[in-house]
Formats: sequence, C-alpha cells, structure tokens
Amino acid sequence: MSATTTLINIEQPQLPSAPALQIEGNVTGKKYWRSLNHLAETPEFKDWVKRIFPANINSMMDGNSRRTVLKLMAASFGLAGLTACRRPVEHIMPNSKGSVADEYAPGEAHHYATVMSIGGHVTGLLVETHDGRPTKIEGNPDHIHSLGAATAIQQASILSMYDPDRSAKVLASGKDSSWNAYEAALQTISLGDGSGLRFLSGMVTSPSLVGLRNEALKKFPKAKWVEYETAARENELAGTAMAYGQALYVHPKFDKAKVILSLDDDFLALDSPAPFMTTLFSRGRRVETEEDLEKMNRLYVVESQFSVTGANADHRLRMKGSDVRQFAIDIATTLGAPLGLNVVGNDKNDKRAKFLAAVVKDLKAAGAEALVVAGPRQPASVQALASLINQQLGSAAVSYSKPVMQGSDTGVNALKALAGEMNSGQVSTLVILGINPAYSAPADLQFSVALSKVANSIHLGLEEDETATAAKWHLPEAHYLESWGDQATSEGLASIQQPAIEPLYGGKTAAEVVARLVGNRDLKAHDIVKNYWLGRFGALKGADGEQLWRKALHDGVIAGSQTGETVKVSVDAKKLAVTLVGEPKAVAGDSKSVEVGFYPSSSVWDGRFANNGWLQEAPDPMTKLTWGNAAMVSPAMARSRGLVDGDMVAIMRGNLKLEAAVMIQPGHADDCISISLGYGRKSCGRAGKDVGFNANLIRSSDGFWFAPGFTVTKTGETHRHATTQEHGTLEDEGNNAERQHDRALVRETTTVEYRKNPKLIEDMVEVPELKSIYAEVKYDQGYQWGMAIDLTSCTGCNACVVACQAENNIPVVGKEQVLRGREMHWIRLDRYYSGDENDPTVVEQPLPCMQCENAPCENVCPVQATSHSPEGLNDMAYNRCVGTRYCANNCPFKVRHFNFLNFHREEKEIVGLVYNPDVSVRMRGVMEKCTYCVQRIEEVKISAKVDGRKEIKDGDIKTACQQTCPAEAITFGNINDPNSRVAKLKKQERNYAMLAELDIRPRTTYLAKLRNPNPELGGKA
Amino acid sequence: MSAVTQNPALMEVNPPLVQSDTYHDLTEQVSAITEAGVLETPMKYWITLSITAGITLLLGAMLTYLVSRGIGVWGNNRPIGWAWDITNFVFWIGIGHAGTLISAILFLFRQKWRTSINRSAEAMTLFAVMCAGIFPLFHTGRPWRAYWLMPIPNLDLNLYQNFRSPLIWDVFAVSTYLTVSALFWFTGLVPDLATLRDRATGRIKQVVFGILSLGWRGSARHWSNYEKAYLILAAISTPLVLSVHSIVSFDFATSVIPGWHTTIFPPYFVAGAVFSGFAMVMTLLIIARWLLNLENLITMKHLENMNKIILVTGSIVGYAYATEFFIAWYSGNPYERYAFINRAFGPYAWAYWTMITCNVISPQFFWFKSLRRSIPVMFILSITTNIGMWFERFVIIVTSLHRDFLPGSWGYYKPTWVDICTFIGTFGLFLTLFLLFARFLPMIALSEVKGVRAQEKQMFKGQELVAK
Repeated sequence: MSATTTLINIEQPQLPSAPALQIEGNVTGKKYWRSLNHLAETPEFKDWVKRIFPANINSMMDGNSRRTVLKLMAASFGLAGLTACRRPVEHIMPNSKGSVADEYAPGEAHHYATVMSIGGHVTGLLVETHDGRPTKIEGNPDHIHSLGAATAIQQASILSMYDPDRSAKVLASGKDSSWNAYEAALQTISLGDGSGLRFLSGMVTSPSLVGLRNEALKKFPKAKWVEYETAARENELAGTAMAYGQALYVHPKFDKAKVILSLDDDFLALDSPAPFMTTLFSRGRRVETEEDLEKMNRLYVVESQFSVTGANADHRLRMKGSDVRQFAIDIATTLGAPLGLNVVGNDKNDKRAKFLAAVVKDLKAAGAEALVVAGPRQPASVQALASLINQQLGSAAVSYSKPVMQGSDTGVNALKALAGEMNSGQVSTLVILGINPAYSAPADLQFSVALSKVANSIHLGLEEDETATAAKWHLPEAHYLESWGDQATSEGLASIQQPAIEPLYGGKTAAEVVARLVGNRDLKAHDIVKNYWLGRFGALKGADGEQLWRKALHDGVIAGSQTGETVKVSVDAKKLAVTLVGEPKAVAGDSKSVEVGFYPSSSVWDGRFANNGWLQEAPDPMTKLTWGNAAMVSPAMARSRGLVDGDMVAIMRGNLKLEAAVMIQPGHADDCISISLGYGRKSCGRAGKDVGFNANLIRSSDGFWFAPGFTVTKTGETHRHATTQEHGTLEDEGNNAERQHDRALVRETTTVEYRKNPKLIEDMVEVPELKSIYAEVKYDQGYQWGMAIDLTSCTGCNACVVACQAENNIPVVGKEQVLRGREMHWIRLDRYYSGDENDPTVVEQPLPCMQCENAPCENVCPVQATSHSPEGLNDMAYNRCVGTRYCANNCPFKVRHFNFLNFHREEKEIVGLVYNPDVSVRMRGVMEKCTYCVQRIEEVKISAKVDGRKEIKDGDIKTACQQTCPAEAITFGNINDPNSRVAKLKKQERNYAMLAELDIRPRTTYLAKLRNPNPELGGKA
Repeated sequence: MSAVTQNPALMEVNPPLVQSDTYHDLTEQVSAITEAGVLETPMKYWITLSITAGITLLLGAMLTYLVSRGIGVWGNNRPIGWAWDITNFVFWIGIGHAGTLISAILFLFRQKWRTSINRSAEAMTLFAVMCAGIFPLFHTGRPWRAYWLMPIPNLDLNLYQNFRSPLIWDVFAVSTYLTVSALFWFTGLVPDLATLRDRATGRIKQVVFGILSLGWRGSARHWSNYEKAYLILAAISTPLVLSVHSIVSFDFATSVIPGWHTTIFPPYFVAGAVFSGFAMVMTLLIIARWLLNLENLITMKHLENMNKIILVTGSIVGYAYATEFFIAWYSGNPYERYAFINRAFGPYAWAYWTMITCNVISPQFFWFKSLRRSIPVMFILSITTNIGMWFERFVIIVTSLHRDFLPGSWGYYKPTWVDICTFIGTFGLFLTLFLLFARFLPMIALSEVKGVRAQEKQMFKGQELVAK
C-alpha cells in the first residue's frame, strides 16, 4: 500500500479522517512532518475539506478574512496531529483495555493486538500507540504465551522499528537501487521448475506464509525451502522423534508441577523467549498463606552456565553441557527404566550422586506432579530421555502436540546441505528471508563464500547486515510492528500480526516477496493474510468471515485456531536404549582442552537486536554485563589458568579461532567456557557494530551448542567489561560488591525455617525504635501509594527494566558511560551471591525508588525540586532541578539518576517518535528517578473522575514494571486501603523494608525470598 | 637592608618583627613595589605571572567545555555524585580560613606579629574563596539556573529555596564570609591606599587611589573611626571563621551516608581549615618573600609562629581521625564500621594513607626548632600539608560515597583530564590574583607595621637599658 493514496479508515467512530501526508521516495524521519501549506495544497486535503465542510467550502478556501484564516488554521492544526498517524488504509482494530472504549480520541493511548515470533516462539502482544505512533509494547493477557507479560526483548523490539540505521533502500550489489530495478531484474531470472531455487528463512511460524511456502514448492517442485534459526526448538522435535517415532512439540505445564528437574533448560530466560513459562512457574511458588508454603514447587537445575533458572533453583548442580546426557541416563536408570545402561559416579559421598539420589526420590514422590524438562540446547537424546523420565513418573505436567507448520528442511543440517549445494553451483537463485546467515551460520559452513557462488542471491532484511552486503540484491524488510502477518504458537494458536503504523522505510514482508515470486505480483501483505484467514473462516459453517476477522484483530488471538493436535504417546525404553548406545561417543579432549557452550544472548538474542540500544544496555541478569559478551569461566578454571576478569584469550579448535575477553562467573561449571551469541557484528548499525565477540567464529555445525577440544591461551591483551554492578572475586570478602556484607538487604530463608519462625525475616536486622524530634507527617488520608516486591517470585529477567525504559523515556547512555557508572535505568536489579564461590546461590533484587516517607533526598535539595506529594510519592520536578546531585548522594539506595550529559545529543529525530508523550524527556544536568509511573496514576485518577467514580479500583493502576512482570512479583496500590492487594501483602510476615533502621520509612517493601530445598540435601538452598 | 641597631645578643633570642630603619624606609620599600615601572619589576615576576595567567586561561577553557557539554566531562558518576568538584570547593574554602583567622582572631588577641602577613593572608582568603565559589556554581548540572539557590524572586516557578538544605546554608555562609572578608580587607587597605594616592604621580593613579582611599586624610578622627570599624569587623569576622567551615561540614554531617553522618565534623573541619590555610599562607609568603625581597618584613619569627600553629592544628586533625575510627567501632553500626575499614583498606587506601602521612605525620617535624626555622623544610611541609588536606576532603567525599549502604550500587571514581585541568586552573587563577595584588597594592599593611615598629623601638630601647 502506498502512502500517496491513503485514506485512513478507523473502525470507530465514523469520523472521516484526515489524509495522510504525501511522502516521496524513501521515507525518513525528517520528512515526517511537513508544512501546513504543503498539507493544504494536496488534493486529498481539498477533497477531505469538501466532504467535511461541504456547504461553505468556497468561502473558506477563497475568503481571506481573518476569522476564516483562523478557522482554517485551527482545523489544520487539529488535523495535523491526525495526519501524523500514518495509520494504514487497511482497517486495524484497537484492543479495548480496561474501561477505555474502543474508540479513537486524539491524545489518548490505544492498544492494538499483534504478535511477535522469535526462534519459533510466538507471543501475543499489545502495542500502545499515541496518535498513531507506537510507543510501547505490552503482553496480550488473552494470549496463552504472554498472559499479559512481555519479555525485555519483545518490549525493546519497538525501538528496532524506529532504528535510524534500518535498511531503507533496495541495494543491488551493495549500490543504491530501487524496487523497480529489482522488479526488472526478476523478469530476467528464469526459475523453471525451481531446481536452482532455494528459499532460506527463519523458522516459519506464520500460517499464511506456510500457505505461500506450499504454493511456492508446488509451483517450483524442485525448489527447497530451508529454515534455519540460530536458536530454535529443533532438538525438541528431533528428541521426540527419537522417543516416539514422530516429531512433537513438548508443552511443559509448570503450574501443574510440584517437583521440576531442568536438564540444562533455562526456561525462565534464554530458552524460552516467551514470558508465560515464568508466569506459570512463579505461580507455583506464590506464598500468601500457610497452605501455599506446603504447595510450593521445588526446582532442581542441572546446567553449566549459571542461568536465571539456575539462580531460581532450590538445588543446582553444575556440570558441563555434554555431561547432562549421562546425568539424564542415570536419572532414568535409577528410576528403573530398562535402558540397561550403567549409572556413573555412584560414590555415595559424591555431590552428584547425592543430588541424583535426592532428585530421583523427590520426583518419584511427586509422581504425576513431577516434571522433567530438557533444554533446547541439549541433543535429541537428552530430549528423548526427558520424555522417557516423564513417562516413567507418570507426569501429568507435560503434553505433546503435532507441529502444524513444520517444514521439511529445518535446522543446521539443512543449512549445511544448502551450503554444500551452493558451493557446488547447484543453486542459482537463493532467496533469504529475514535472517542473516552470513553472520549467524556456523563458521565451518563458510556461508559468505558459498553465497558468493550463487548467481542471484536476494536478501530481505531489516538491516544492511553481513548477508545484505554479501548478497546480490538486498531488499528492506518491513518490521513486524508496521506490517501485516500472522503467527501461530507451537500449539497452533494463531494471531494476526496487525500493524500499528505504516512501514517507515518502505519495506516489504517475506510473504510479499514470496508472493511476487510465485506470480502474484501486486499482492499486499494485508490481502495475503486476510485472504488466507477468510479462507479458513469460510470453511467454518455459518461464519461471517469479516466479523471473525475483526474479532481476530481485536482480540489478538484467533479462537479455535489451535490446530496442533495433542497426542498421547509412549516411549519404548528398550528401543531408545539401542539408539543411545548407538550414538557416537563424545570425543573427550585432552586434559588441557575445554568445552565451549553457546547461548543466545539475553539482550541481542542471536544478533538480530544488536543495534537496539535498550537491549545492549540492559544488563545481563546474571553477569550484569552490558554492551558485549564474554567468555564465561568458573573461578576454579580461572585460577588454574591464571585468568582474571578482562583477560583476552584465544579460543581455538582446528581452523576455528576467536579472541574474547574472560569473565569469571561464580557457579559456572569447571573446564568449560560459555559464550553468548549475537555479538561482534561487523556490518551493523551504530549501536551494534563491533560490540562484543562473535562466538559464531568458533561455532561449528557439529558442535552447534557445545563442543569439546578447544584450547585456551592468554593473548596478553585486556578488555574492559561494562558491568553495572562492581565485579570482584568472591574470595575477597571485604572488598567486593557481589555480597551483602551481612547487611540483610536481601532476606532469604527456606520454607521450613519460615514455617518454624515467621518472625525470622523481621528479626534479621534489629531496628531500634526510632523517633523523630519533630512531629512526623501522618500519611493517612486519601490514596497512599505503595509497592511490594516479592523476591520469591522475581526471577531477575529484566522485563521490568526495559518496560520502565520504554514507559519513562529513559535514555541509552552507551558503553563508555556505563563504564563510568552512569547508566540511567530507574529500576535496576541488584544481584547478590552467597555461599561458596564454586556453588553460590544468587538472589536478584529489583530496585525502583523506595519512595521513603522520610526521604533523605528531599531535605537536602536546595531548590525543592524533589518533595513529597500528599499521596506519599517522592516527586521530582525536572524543570526546577539545578543538578547539585546532593539528593543522589544522600539516597541510601542510589536510585536517583543524573543526566551527566545530553544523552539525546546524537539521537536521530526519528527515535524521538518512540517516546511516551505522557512523560517529559529530561535534559542534561537534571536528576531523574522512578515515580511509581505517576503519569499512569494520574491517568487513571482522571478517567475515574471523568466517569464520576469516587474511588479507583484496586489494580486499575499498574506501574509499567508491574504490568510486564512475567513473574507477577510486583504489586502496587493504595496502602491506605486495607483491602488492597498491596496492603494485604505488606501484612505478610515476610514483608520487610530495606534499611528501615535509618527511619526513612520506604513505601517499597520486599517480601523475603523463600526457597524450598529438599531436606535430604541438607535443607539448604 | 640593615636591621635596627640593637643589642645583637638579644636580637638573636627575640628579634624584632620589623627590621627597618625608618618609617620612610618602610613606606619606600612597600610602595616601591606598586610604583615600579614595567622594567623595574623583576623579570622573575613577569615570567611567573605569565605562567599563572596561562593556567587561568586553562581554567576558562575547562569551564567553557564543562558548560557546553555537561558534568559528564568530569569523572563523577553514580554513586559518586560529588568528587573533585566539592573536594576542591572544601579545599579552597579551607585555605580561605587563615586570612580571617590571622586578621580577626589574632588581632583580637593582640598578636603583633600578624601585621606583616595579615594583608596578604586576607587577600589570599578572598582569592581562595573566589576559587572555591567556582565549584559550587559549576558543579550544578545547569549552572545557568544556579541563581535559584539565591533568595531572589523567580517568576518562572515561584518557588522558595529549601531552607532545610545545607547547600542553602552554604550559599549564605560562604557569601557572607566573602562579603565580610572583603570589607575587612578593604577597610585595612584604606590608610595605605591614601599613602599610595599621596605618592601617585600619574593622573590615573591619583584618581583611582583617590576614589579607593575614600578621602582618607589621616586625621585623628579618621584614625579613631578606622580603629573602631576595624575592631567591629574583626569581631564580626571571628565567628565567621568558625561558622563557614562548620556549615560546609554540615553538607556532610546532616546526610545519612556512613562516613559523612557524624557530629565531629564542625570542629574537625575548622581545625583542618586553619591547618591548611596556614600552610597555604606559608607557601605563598615564602615565594613572595623571595620574589619581592621582603625578608626584612616577613621574618623568621613570623614563619616560626605559623609553623607552631600548623603543628597544633595538624595534631588536632590527627586526633579527629583517631576519634572517627574509635566512634565507628564503638557505635556498633555495621555501615559506619565498614565505611572506615574501607577507607583505610579499601580501593582508596592509597588516598587515605597519603592523607595520614601528610597531615598527621609530617607536621610532627615542627617539634624541632631547627626544622621549624628551616625555609626548605617549612616550604616542603607546607606543600605536603596542602596535599594532605586536599586528600582529606577527597577521602571524606569520595570514599564515603563510593561504597555506602547497598553493595549493589557500589562504584569507583577516576578523575578525567577535565577534572585535573580545572583544579590546576584554579591554582592559576589564585596565583594570578595574588601576584596582581602583590604588584599593584601594598602587600604589607604599612600603617600597622609602622605601629608595631614604633612599639618595638620602645621595647628594644628598654631592653638595651637593662642590658647595660
């Protein structure tokens, strides 16, 4: 759809809308706003005026009286805002939220349902738009993979849409070209029966694209469509295929499990890029009553890198990634599976043996409520073993479904085969859809070299990345927030991907490009999707397709689309044993060599978000590392090899070589290195270029997730890691910032201890009775806002950090400034280790402003820029602040953030569109801080007033961090109302105020972390 | 210049403070400096002045850069919101203490030896306070809004200042101190300015000094009013000596940060200020003496007396350090304890031990008379004292902030080149102002020195009689 002839059509109300601006050529942000003269001259505008003011059109246009001019100007100004919306001509449906009616009003935020897919994980989302400008992403509560939450990556994807470095031009061999030239070039390519045609895409989760895939493969019977993801669920399918003889998706139900064993599955973070697993898991750990204590689930984790899931485990056993297979065999065998294999490490005093015995006993006792999950980075055999164990336990917490969109050539082996074909000249036309294999393919495939042998390589992508540079044609892709599409979860539940804005850079979708190749030259993404679904709706009896379509847009989920058939299957253990024995033995390297494990990054995923400032600056939940990755090693390994933080090492195996900086990770497995993918991009925008180390350089197709036999040698150079929490060795007790120094800031205990003595939490710090010599202000009138953060639920996933950044227009400061300690996140996650450095436990503590009633920051501000509101908020008047920083110095929590520089200085104009208009953008020299999202509080208060309601319902106001928290750890509300949820939580005995001994009376309080350790393992977490 | 003819033996034991033949010689000597032509002024003066002026330009450049880019050009961060900026502020304010102390308190105690040094010490105070004033102004994120700290009606927001904030108290304390010190200094200058006016040959000098000397004719009535005014100003200034640094210390003492939140700060800061102020006077006088040949007016006795004060205040400061540690342990407050252990053994231990060496150990050399009277020794010790006192402020401010309550927010601070150049620049400004003062205004309080000489003449005559 081109912008020139667009007329906006909003579903409701039935107001004629203003015309969109004419934008020529490649759209950039600067051309976004145009003069009113320009606007008034367009034929659309005249036409529109004619319709809306039919009677006196002539007098208005011709008259030159002052009043007329003023009237016209007023109308123009009013409409200027509307025209800026660039709402597409296709109808989109706002999703009602709370009491807000489904109607459009200028200045009011609207939410549109859409859907996002990462690595085969599909999550329904809501896009908040202000006057046609998407500003924020939230989870869609009606979508089963979101449940209202959204991950950090999902929320930050909005910034990628506004990325000024995004691809905006068609490139032909790296030179500026046009869609017309591409079209002309296509005419010259003869595809024939498709024997030289290959498609290469990410995992296809779009039903309509599956339709097109089938169409394409039908038209070109000899063509192939290869799907490759840097991180996807292919091992899961291979594993179930091994176990059951058919590839199935595994659906763990964490809410139904009481004892969970994770075999290297970081389901709370990296291995589940959808938030619902965290939600379901943490619901099983919610403790509000005595009863809940009994019902709390127990999590065992076996892993190599210290993951978020490991940090939330009740018991964690570290081992190399390749050792997990044997561990799974041992569990299965000990449970009595007739595998006929030996259990290793049977020494009863061995930590592993004890762990194994306890887990097995616990799992057995849980029976149907036991659940074993295997991480997608583990090979098929481990997946199969997990299925077997679940079957043996009779677990009711897992189900299986048939994949509905699975292609025939998926995964790294398919990519390897493709690279082989490319090298041997069998591929004449390669269409790469939305992925960046020149960067992300394993190094041994040498994909760039293979690509150069393809005569016609066409790359569709969001950025001018490594593949774009190497391909013959590069086409700009439309971002998912600006284009039509559809995505379905692994269960088959489909959602329409509804655009919230027209393509900013004139990109096209994969479906459009494929449709063109199969002959539908002018098919638009909207029509592709709508026709597909009208077809499917049409198959339903007596259905009104158009109505169902509207409902689908509105709801964000298509009811009844869940086609993935749930299957009942069983594993034949003996058969599986044969397969297991037949598997090639892992090559054990010599004693000096190490294993390297690869992980998607919590920030940039596989590199596709490398140019996203919010994500680059979001600290890794465990290492607190921003702007880069590192070769993670255990303290013992670092010591034995004489490595310290920041040492550059060369990691080598054969031809594969990577120089990366070491970071010591307490709790990491010994003799192995973990490294995040997605960094070290060479052809990338300004934010992501040359940030971190490219782990793909040592990733090979045979050692896709972990591979042994690497040598590690110090190069002698050093590197500075930009961490947001001071890093030091755990041994140096007095001098590191990773321990609490007996300060009881994070309070943690076990369910058993807590049941014995609920006062325990309160007694961790003796707070003398503190009395002010002045009359203290009594905050007992009206609304008194407060927050309770449940540390038991919080996993430390970072979703709140990015939500806050999006909601409150928090600037990105860059690596240099992070190194200087100037990051701006209003809510941060402090991470504390405890225990032995080899096997520590970790607690994450979210830190927004505590809104102290006796706020130390307030009395020191010389100009009263920060003062207390009658509702108990520690308010900040940015335009009064002169920037003495005294308040920040005197803040015991250091949650005040100063604009040391103009962090918007180098920002492109277009990035300004992402800002929330309800929150001012702060200038340099000004202090800023969390205000409990005061703009959200006021918005709800105003709408209550407008509706004539006296009271705001508890739960109507949600702070941004609370709204998105997948673990539902944050509760906000009126503490003056004893029936509010927050007031009730604060009455719990594990509620405590941090630093209460200073008599600052924080409004944000914490619910102590409870762990549920197995008494047989010492009862200690 | 020859000394007053006196009993040589006695002279050695208790030499006169003013070693000048006649009143006229005194006038000539002091005025000659201000009246010398460009070429008559020693070359070493011009060379020194051009160097310091160059450094002042550096200060201007640094401040321009700072205002154009923001505080981020300094090394300050979160959690260390204040670093070199406030360290330098407190350092310069401390230096500014000696002037008023010498002028006012020693005046009230009738310490005659002050007369040779009080003028320059007062000037030094003014210039030091000016240098100090730069930092609170420019350390704000938006210095163009810094006037909001003043009780000036502002129509844009119509908000009052927050009188609970020690920063507001600072504004009042420092501006009062500057005003009173300037008045005090100027009042003392009036008779000498009149002398210069009377001796002036050029029209411009006559007019300028004529206006500045406020019609002084040296009548008894003038002298009577002058003495009263001087006494009153001395009485007003005396509490200010104590109040300014006490209030500066409130910036820290009223906060909640371990290492700051302590009641010992006011006396501790005042003692430290006197300590550093005297050291700075010492440094400057040794240089001025050498540059402008004033050995006969600024005698070894002056220097030795000041060294005694340095010894006393240095020991008070050392005692305060010990007390802080004791209280940190005795309080049982874990945060407080950690803050002090971290001071001595944490990442900034080097700064702490520099401070201890310079402030506590090195002044102890002044127990020995020979060292107290050795120019090289006292020059070096005056410098180390100032280094130590700068580090004291650095230790208090930065090491307390860098590790406070939550280990999760701990940090480390490193200065940038802008921090360093700005601080060096303030020395340029300070020395430039001082050199200009020394060249264009009577650096020695002529009228007062003459008074002392008159007394001494009588005194030494008497002694001479006894000796016979």
